[in-house]
Amino acid sequence: MSNILEKESALVRMQADIKKALQKPEDQRRWVMVIDTRKCVGCHACTVSCVAENKLPPGVVYRPVLEHEFGTFPNVGKRFMPRPCMQCDNPPCVPVCPVNATWKRPDGIVAIDYEECIGCRYCITACPYSARTFDMGHTYSQGTPQQMQYELEPNFEYGQEWPREEGVSPEGNVRKCHFCLHRLNEGELPACVTTCIGTANYFGDANDPDSLVAELIASPNAIRLKEEMGTNPKVYYLV
Amino acid sequence: MSKTLQRAAWAIAIIGFVVGLVGFYQRLTLGHTATNYGSYVPWGLWVAAYIYFIGLSAGAFLLSALVYVFRVKLLKPVGKLALFTALVTLAAAMFSIWMDLGHPERAWELIFRTNFGSMMGWMAWLYSAYFLLLVVELWFAMRADMAACAGEAGFRGKLCNFLTFGQKDTSDASVERDMNILRILGSIGVPLAVAFHGGVGALFGVVGARPYWNSGLTPITFLVGALASGGALLVFIAAIWGPNRGTEQHKKLVVFLGQIVLGLLLFDLLLEWAEYSINLYTSIPSHAASLRLVLFGQYWWVFWIVHLLIGSVIPVLLLAFSGKNVTAVATAGALIAVTFISVRLNIVIPALAVEELEGLKHAFSGPGLSFDYFPSTAEWLFFIWTVSLAGLLFLIGYSLLPLVTPQKEA
Repeated sequence: MSNILEKESALVRMQADIKKALQKPEDQRRWVMVIDTRKCVGCHACTVSCVAENKLPPGVVYRPVLEHEFGTFPNVGKRFMPRPCMQCDNPPCVPVCPVNATWKRPDGIVAIDYEECIGCRYCITACPYSARTFDMGHTYSQGTPQQMQYELEPNFEYGQEWPREEGVSPEGNVRKCHFCLHRLNEGELPACVTTCIGTANYFGDANDPDSLVAELIASPNAIRLKEEMGTNPKVYYLV
Repeated sequence: MSKTLQRAAWAIAIIGFVVGLVGFYQRLTLGHTATNYGSYVPWGLWVAAYIYFIGLSAGAFLLSALVYVFRVKLLKPVGKLALFTALVTLAAAMFSIWMDLGHPERAWELIFRTNFGSMMGWMAWLYSAYFLLLVVELWFAMRADMAACAGEAGFRGKLCNFLTFGQKDTSDASVERDMNILRILGSIGVPLAVAFHGGVGALFGVVGARPYWNSGLTPITFLVGALASGGALLVFIAAIWGPNRGTEQHKKLVVFLGQIVLGLLLFDLLLEWAEYSINLYTSIPSHAASLRLVLFGQYWWVFWIVHLLIGSVIPVLLLAFSGKNVTAVATAGALIAVTFISVRLNIVIPALAVEELEGLKHAFSGPGLSFDYFPSTAEWLFFIWTVSLAGLLFLIGYSLLPLVTPQKEA
């Protein structure tokens, strides 16, 4: 039974892929996400699971799903494009930070130090994918008599507890998708990958030639967004 | 005439300060939740205000170099006014951008954790150096006059006495020494001002993700805009607060400054034309989108009416055809200086108000996730407060410090 599962379920295979990658030193991993736009139905489950996983307040979004409608009746179509952070190999958001509060980790994930970010938002302007959003301090229960406990619960970004308090980081910071680094380091797939109802979302170590993502990005229909910017994104789309 | 305007300036500054206090209070209590900028348009009125003020400061300072470096005698009576104007506008600029930060309490990191690979990292250092230079330069420019007023009775005399720090020599030799020091300081200041304001231009210019900013012309446009707007502010101040008002000498000074401003404004418009015409001609969507917003978007009037008509055409006509009339020149200066905020807004906002990826606008909703930006009431009030703060600092300084000395500099 388990053999069948391992052969047939992409999720199980990806899970094994990341466990294997975690055995290697950090700088030898190359985390890559692949999104099959032909399989994406635009259910926004990934967006919602990301909001839940990272307890994102209003106005902060790591992974919206962009919709495009094209053609004329009766030949019309719709394409959906989830947009996480591209975790660029040459991230334009990093060099502009005036206080070195954002950097590319050895495993390629672009991280933010919430304790050091001054909230100047220069990095937001520098990102060609609008992947960074500003936590302005809004709450869902704003304007209601009582703040709900769920809003105060900590998230676990970057492997640390971040309870919600007024004026305290990550409030006032720029925030972005980090491929659920805190889950990855525990051997779990990013929340958006596990939640995708049609397995349109793949994740793994591109440095491992046997991994599922290494196979997928070698196909001729794998593209990356705004290649002309020289950002070298680590998110691929199958079109 | 100018006395009435001086009193009006006090009234406007005090009212603005009190009303604007609400905005400052809202910023302190509500943080960024009362603002309309956010994630897609991350920089708004306060950032535009910052580059507006810092441009005024750089412009006024660079014109003071005509007095202290190039020793243009005609302008000497307004040298100290120019330096002081540069100082108060610098204060307003720093306050605007400080309150714009998500974590203002971490501003010290800009000095202690500087990333010199970031143009913004350089800014903190350059502004600090510029602030120190301005204070020292202003002190040397005023030292002899402070020594002279140190004998006066009352608070002003005491303040002058204290601020001389014991250096009360008013001999010609000591004044000559001050002038030599000022020439050295001014000579350091010119490249410093070019560096920090060209640097702010570069801060925008290096952002490849925003084609509207990403031009080699951006730092140059910033500098010319700074000179034009700072010069315009200075000509207005010289006309209303300058020494020897009503004399032929004062008129000559104002007229001369007016002609400098006319030249600078025309050059600024030429650069604007170059930028706009070339990018619109090629019509590459990402390059032209922001320009189309400026010219034909929802806020088209900011460009056509505020900037072009009130801030450019009318002042150019006034300076060109009534350039010898002090009132006309002062009016032109005021119009350019005040409306230049529209130029700054039209640099910051339109670059951000276009989708970087098609479909983003409707992909997710929430506060700050919008491409339509208009400053909120809190943003306007805080802006009014910073303007009034600069105005009040100027008026207080003007009444307490020997910023103009009619008798001596005839």
